Formats: sequence, C-alpha cells, structure tokens
Amino acid sequence: MSTAATTYCEAILQAFEHLLEHHEDVFVIGQGLWSPWYVGNSMKDLDRKFGTDRIMDTPVSEDGTTGVAVGASLCGDRPIVVHPRLDFMILAANSLVNQAAKWSHMLGGKAHPSMTVRGIINRGGEQGAQHSQALHAWFAHVPGLRVVMPATAADARDLLIASVLCDDPVLYIDDRWCYDDAEVLPPVVERPLWAERPRVIRDGRDITLVGAGHSTLLCRQAAEELAAQGISAEVVDLRVVNPLDHQVVTQSVERTRRLCVVDGGWSTCGLAGEVIAGVVERLGPGTLVAAPRRVTLPDAPAPSSSALERVYYPSVATVTAAATSIIGNSASVR
Amino acid sequence: MEAQTVERLADVESFRAPLDITGVDGTLLLRQLRDMLVIRYAEERIGDMVTEGKVRCPCHLGIGQEAIAVGVSALLRHTDRVFGGHRSHSHFLALGGDPYRLFAEVLGRVDGASGGMGGSMHLVDEAVGFLGSVPIVAATVPLAVGAALSAKRRKLTDVAVCYFGDGAAEEGVVHESLNFAATFGLPVLFVCENNFFSSHLHIQQRQPDISVARFAQAHRIRTEIVDGNDVVAVSAATARLVEGARSGEGPGFLEAITYRWRGHVGPREDIDVGVARKENHAAWKQRDPVRRLVDALVARGELTVERHESLQVEVRRLIHDAWARAETSPFPAESALLDCVFARNER
Repeated sequence: MSTAATTYCEAILQAFEHLLEHHEDVFVIGQGLWSPWYVGNSMKDLDRKFGTDRIMDTPVSEDGTTGVAVGASLCGDRPIVVHPRLDFMILAANSLVNQAAKWSHMLGGKAHPSMTVRGIINRGGEQGAQHSQALHAWFAHVPGLRVVMPATAADARDLLIASVLCDDPVLYIDDRWCYDDAEVLPPVVERPLWAERPRVIRDGRDITLVGAGHSTLLCRQAAEELAAQGISAEVVDLRVVNPLDHQVVTQSVERTRRLCVVDGGWSTCGLAGEVIAGVVERLGPGTLVAAPRRVTLPDAPAPSSSALERVYYPSVATVTAAATSIIGNSASVR
Repeated sequence: MEAQTVERLADVESFRAPLDITGVDGTLLLRQLRDMLVIRYAEERIGDMVTEGKVRCPCHLGIGQEAIAVGVSALLRHTDRVFGGHRSHSHFLALGGDPYRLFAEVLGRVDGASGGMGGSMHLVDEAVGFLGSVPIVAATVPLAVGAALSAKRRKLTDVAVCYFGDGAAEEGVVHESLNFAATFGLPVLFVCENNFFSSHLHIQQRQPDISVARFAQAHRIRTEIVDGNDVVAVSAATARLVEGARSGEGPGFLEAITYRWRGHVGPREDIDVGVARKENHAAWKQRDPVRRLVDALVARGELTVERHESLQVEVRRLIHDAWARAETSPFPAESALLDCVFARNER
C-alpha cells in the first residue's frame, strides 16, 4: 500500500478511474468535462484515457442532460451526470426531483434509475449569489433521492463509488473547499451505499460538533482549537444527508449533553435544524444541559464583495465561538 | 411547405373517406383494427367509471387518437424503449400492455401496471417495451433520448420512442432533447400527437404556427407529417423514420395531426371549453380513425359487416371481463408506502 497522502480532489479522480475501469455500464456526462477549468483536476485526462464516448462533454442543457442520464439508467447503464455548480443544477430539478427521485415509487418499484448526479459546491472568490450555493438541504428534502456529502478524501473516493453502484438516484455533492484535504487511502473496497452511516471522526466528552462536507472540516479544526482551551469536542461527520440517520449523533449527544451543528447552507428549513430536531426528539428529558445551536449561513444570498464573504461563511472561529458559548451557557452538571 | 401540409390536414371537412389501404397486408390491418377497438373500449370504460365515481385518479382520455399509437407500435419490438405522458393509455395498450393491468392501475389496485402506486398517469410494462409515462409535460422526452443513447452505446439496433403533445413543444427541454439527439445521432423517434389543444387552449393561442415539426427541422432532424387518424399513413411514416434510426441515420420526428374527442381530463367532451372546439367537434368525429379503417376493409372484402360486429362483441367482452377482474384486485398494503421509495429497503 502506498503511504503517500491523496488529496480529496485526487480521490475523486481515483473513484472515476476505478468505476470506468471496472464497470462497463458507467459513463459520465455533463458540461465542461473536457476542461479542467470546470471541474478542477478531479476529472483530469479521463476523456483521453477512457474516450469521449464515455466522458461526454455536452451542450448547455442541464435538464436535458440529466433526463438523458435518467433514461439511460432505465436501460441498464449507470451514468454519472456532472454539474460543475449546484446553482446551474437547479435547471435540472425536474429531471432530478420529479423524475429520478419518484420513478421507483410512482411505478410501484418496477424500475429504478441507477444514476448519480455529481454536483459541485464552488463558492468564495467573489463569485456571488448564483455561483456559490450549497443546496444539499433542498434536495435532501426529497424522498427517493439519496444525498451524499463527503468531507474526507477517503469518502470522496469511496462514497462516489458507492453512489454510482447504488441502484437508486444519488446526488453526490463535493465541495471545492475540501479539495486540498489529504490522507493516506486504503485500497478501494466497493461497499453498498445504504450501509453508510454518520461517523464519529474525533472522540470528545464536552460537546458534539456535527457537520457534513466542508462543515465537517470546520468542526474538526474547531475541535483542535477547543482542545487548546481545555474543551473536549466530539465531531460527527454526517456523510449521507438523505436518508438521514439520527442515531449516531443522538448517541454522541447522550454522552456530551451539548450540541452544535454546522452547515454551509441556510438556516431556515435547513440541515442544521433537521439534525437538532432529530436529536431532541430522541433524547430523554434533561439530557441537554444547554440549548443546542446551529452555525449556518445568514438567510441571505451569497455576497460578492470579499469583505462581506468573510462574515457570510461559517469559519473555524465562528464554530469555536458557538461551542464555547454553549459550554458557558450550560447548567452545572458535575 | 410543412405548415401548408398541416393546414390541409387540419381542414375538418377533409379526410373522411375510407383509408387508402392499397398494398397493405389485410392481416396486419385487421390486427390494427382490433387494437384500436381495445383502446377505444378501454378508454370508454374508464370514462364511464370516472362518471360513476369508481375511478378517482385524473384520467386523460385519447379517444379519437387511437391510430397513432397503433400505427407506430406496428413498427416496434419489445426491446425498443417507449415513453409516454399524461395521456398514455393508448401507448401502453398498443404495445400489448394488458387492459386488466391498466384497469387495476386506474383503480389503485395491487395488480396494476405500477402496483397500484401510479394511477392512470404512471404506467409501465418493461416486458412490452413501455418504460414509463408521467404527467409532467415533456418530462420523458429527454429520458427517451437517454434510452436511445444507451442503445447506441451498446451497439444495439433498438430505438427509443417518446410520445408527447403539441403543448409539450412549448417546453424548453424538448429543444434541449432534439438538439442532443441530433448532435449525437441517436436512434430516437419523437412522436408528437398534435391534437391542437393543450388543455383548453388552442394551438393558435399558444404558438405562431399550428405545426410543431418546425422545431425538429431546426435541429436537422428527419421529419414526417401525417394524418394521425390514418393508421396506414402513420405506420408508413413510422417505418421510414424507425428504419432510418435503426440503421444509424439518427433521430426522426413524426407529427401526427389528430383530435381528442373528450376534454383535457375526465370523460366530458368539453365542447364548451376554448376556441374552435364547439365548431369543429362534430366534424372531427367524421374523421374517426376506426370507422375509416372499417370502411376500407369492408370495401376491399377483408371484413364483413357480420365479422365486424362479432369483433366488436369480442372486444367489448374482453374489456368487460378485464374490468370486472380488476375490481377484485386488492389495494396495496400500507407497507407499500415506504417499500418502493428506494430499490433496497435497508435505508
């Protein structure tokens, strides 16, 4: 086994290579696939290696292209549609939400769209309101659509493979702010997506920090800062946000009795509120010793000016501040 | 040029004579007649049951349009990939879908085509090549293009077919789909059933032209415009387009001019709804695709009056029995609500 660390971005590329090498029914379709400008280096040279028949760069037709993938998936293929920004993927909402997500249920389970949509969160850099959105909560609201958000390089690779090999429609969301995160990866093992659960990625006693995708990295870094202050934070990485498993977070909060959920989406009807509700519904009375908190975007579109971007996005500092405030507000328990 | 063809086909005083069946095999025509009767009687039955309150789901009837699905299906095989829309009873039945399973579906019963989970607007039967129908207008058009892409990737000679109406041509995704299919040379047949109405609104109130084939021509797609109430013309045009698609010539677009006898949804004729409907309704019924085929078969001696009557009785009995059986099919179990959200239930 190689001991060199693999970045999140390289891990995505490795997942594509694994899928294309081992699964003839996999092909990739979307805008900008022949251009590293759109998808970073996460798809570098796939067109040269596997041919432009399997790596199809397409016309500017988000809904049509996604519908094409749904149709191909009903004929035995496992297409991956790539949307280089979630903002543009909204144009494909009919094919994704009305068609792919409902197909199995409305046809009585007689057919399943085995397709994966890779949507990329690509924000910051003064890109503004229509180039920055993290819409995972929107799509996680829809029954029948699995939504996956890798935070680590291992998950970036393994959850993409699991998504594509899953018989259901899956929205796999990767975040460019994670691309440089690196770790040493074990060999690929194909695992069923339905078995993937949230994971405790750092043990702690005093507070549970929960994130998904890039928010998990913020939680991990905040936990280190908190440790320097003598606070022991446990970090849970949600990994799969639909169907959302509440058990792992609940069990963690039963131990820590404090909860802070971090999300790169908006607060209203968002993922953070959903996680808190799921935990609170399951806890016994008196378990929480302080009100839970969410750290999210303010309910405003993304600004363009870098001065406003700095206050708009959650940071390690805002997560750390929220956690210390929860600790400070706690009833005395020991 | 094409618009003139459509103007001619849209003339309600024309095309009432027996079909021209010169050179067409009588056995095929008799089978097509029977298929049209199955569709008509099935839809009449569903309409009656809506009136009686036994059927509650929205049912969009295509009575008067039977020749299109029957004419197209004659050129298809069960490995082809057919998609429909909200008005797809005929598409399902013409491929050989079982009337019993259609009836059980509109009744929400477990033996329905979609296990009672879909109703009239969500039909599927992969065994006959019907991959699904949905009511979001034009939504299955890109799916058919994807099915065609899949066939081409596997070097099969199967084609994909998508049925849609003139209203769907106003949806942006149809343009996306035509462009995609043409650019990649995919074996897909787009079948537009142009009945001039989208719900209550006449095409003249929605488009600057009453023909929609212009959209396909703009994408360099081979196009045929036919009398959709002439099963022979529909089959002949389909044959040219499908053979081209199977042999690598890329997509085809069939515009079939027709008229639905009933309103947008439900059993009413809706002759008081929208423009040009009250004026033309009776005249369009004179262009009955079934009667014109019967007249042609009788004139050529392929069908006697007695045989026609016995055929009608036979099909009516088949429909009656299928309906009676469908009413005895149980409703889905409550567990069905969550059972088929995902392919596996481990969640």
